[in-house]
Amino acid sequence: MDWGTIINNTLAGLLTPTTIAFALAALGLAMHFGFAGLLNFGIAGFMAIGAYGYAISVLTFGFPWWLGMIVGILGSIGFAILLGVPTLRLRGDYLAIVTIAAAEIARLLFLTTAFTDVTGSADGLFGYNKTGGFTEANPFPPGSYGFGPWTYNSETLWVIVFGLAVLAICVWLLWALMRSPWGRVIKGIREDEDAIRALGKNVFAYKLQALIIGGVFGGMGGIIYAAFANVSPGVYVTSITFFIWTSLLLGGAATIFGPVIGAVIFWTLQAFLSNILPELSSSGILPVDGTQAATLRFVLVGIGLMLLVIYRPQGIFGDKREMTFVK
Amino acid sequence: MSNNESPQKTTGLHIGKAEPGCKKNDPMLVIDHVKKTFGGLTAVDVEHLEIPKGAITALIGPNGAGKTTLFNLLTGFDNPDTGAWSFLGNSLSGIPSFKVAQMGQVRTFQLTKALSLLTVLDNMKLGAKDQAGESIWKALIPGFWKKQDKDIEVKALELLKRFKLEEKKADFAASLSGGQRKLLEMARALMTDPVLVMLDEPMAGVNPALTQSLLEHVLNLKKDGMTVLFVEHDMHMVRHIADWVVVMAEGKVVAEGPPDAVMKEQAVIDAYLGAHQDTDLGVVTGRIDTINEEKSK
Repeated sequence: MDWGTIINNTLAGLLTPTTIAFALAALGLAMHFGFAGLLNFGIAGFMAIGAYGYAISVLTFGFPWWLGMIVGILGSIGFAILLGVPTLRLRGDYLAIVTIAAAEIARLLFLTTAFTDVTGSADGLFGYNKTGGFTEANPFPPGSYGFGPWTYNSETLWVIVFGLAVLAICVWLLWALMRSPWGRVIKGIREDEDAIRALGKNVFAYKLQALIIGGVFGGMGGIIYAAFANVSPGVYVTSITFFIWTSLLLGGAATIFGPVIGAVIFWTLQAFLSNILPELSSSGILPVDGTQAATLRFVLVGIGLMLLVIYRPQGIFGDKREMTFVK
Repeated sequence: MSNNESPQKTTGLHIGKAEPGCKKNDPMLVIDHVKKTFGGLTAVDVEHLEIPKGAITALIGPNGAGKTTLFNLLTGFDNPDTGAWSFLGNSLSGIPSFKVAQMGQVRTFQLTKALSLLTVLDNMKLGAKDQAGESIWKALIPGFWKKQDKDIEVKALELLKRFKLEEKKADFAASLSGGQRKLLEMARALMTDPVLVMLDEPMAGVNPALTQSLLEHVLNLKKDGMTVLFVEHDMHMVRHIADWVVVMAEGKVVAEGPPDAVMKEQAVIDAYLGAHQDTDLGVVTGRIDTINEEKSK
């Protein structure tokens, strides 16, 4: 067993564009579920809309990269309104059903060959970072940066720095909102929306605002992910939604830093498992072949999620008294 | 303390005879032809009802009489099939519940709605109206709401003191007892500076020790110039604090009047005990005969 490589790859998972992208999406979910109590199972859809919004507006409409990203954000706002207006008046579980369906519809629309010219169908989209000028906007000269497991070329470093800046803004935004009276109303809605209505607050408007803000965070996650990798419909599948849920619950649903730390832990753990499991199987310790060993980590994710929800529903950073699943 | 003293009753509320739908000198809520059906069941069918201003009105009636449904209709939590009602002269038909609350008509719930995972103080602060910081844009800059929030906190702490909950202010509402939650809900309602307080079974599930203090809180609402409308099953309480009693049965208002008079009315006795209370049930069901037969064996 090559422990050096395993540890190196695991530590590298601490800070990658992927980790940042998923931290952003988990932050959006914290707004939705942790604070406003909205059961959104379509966060992958918000990411897809953000990513495709950016890529399509650059490739098809020739927008510069920053305008493309704004289009991605506007897209996720539109998606939130589209989902929210018909469902937010209903009970929470209906939103869960609608969001999971809508995310799948969005993904299948990007996958279908009917719009291949625009969406690239199953191949997805690539090259938009160069066309839109995102690569050119890189302030770091070419070369190797960092040390040990955290050695990046200038392109990756640019995405990481950009991603961290976006993440910092979003974390600040969530923190500033949740400490304010607005946040108090949102938390009150999570507890009992009829009580809030009886106190004269427009519950529907607040829920829609929360859905939009969380959706924008999710869309930003998709954009950061797209700034690093290609945009492909195979990424935004339902299992991604559940990875983000796991990250969120790991860190603590109703916390600010919980989802960020949760995403970091989750992706580090993923890196660790995807390295160690095939190693274990090739050295004969695990009685399965290499491919099975690689998928075994998803089984472990599922088990981990179950154990988490049962034994530590408040997550790592959550208030002990505050258990979202236990009412 | 004025524990055993009988509270000052407000009298002279009505014009003419005290009968269902009678006119009031100074009505706060006026209800006309409000009807609500659930499938084949007519839950509420009120021809005309006026709730007097500045008094404590009790809404009583047997289970299933439509009291809570009427409450939900009046507060915008449910929509009637037909009918109109107005609050201080403003029509409330089709007005959503949060706007009704903004107009100064606040309600509590039969099943207490404490916001469990918020602190008691946050529960209270949520009640305050017109908070600048509740707008999403202003929320981002504390300069817009910090001062107002401090004022609200002072007011909330005063009310908590009055309701003897100030020691609990930092605890989650989930840690309160059932009776304390009732108190918190009432205190929170007062944070909205209401003119009409609607209490849905304020005494349900409250232990006798707390009943007395809750009663005084309700009486204090009137003293502070608010109008109270409450649903209650505890007749002792109704007789003790209500100035006016409205009796509902099968969705209709069957009697109205001052508490002592209305409880003697035949319609009220019928509503509570059934119109056939004088009929020998043995004959109706035939059970007595069966028992007699068994005895003779």
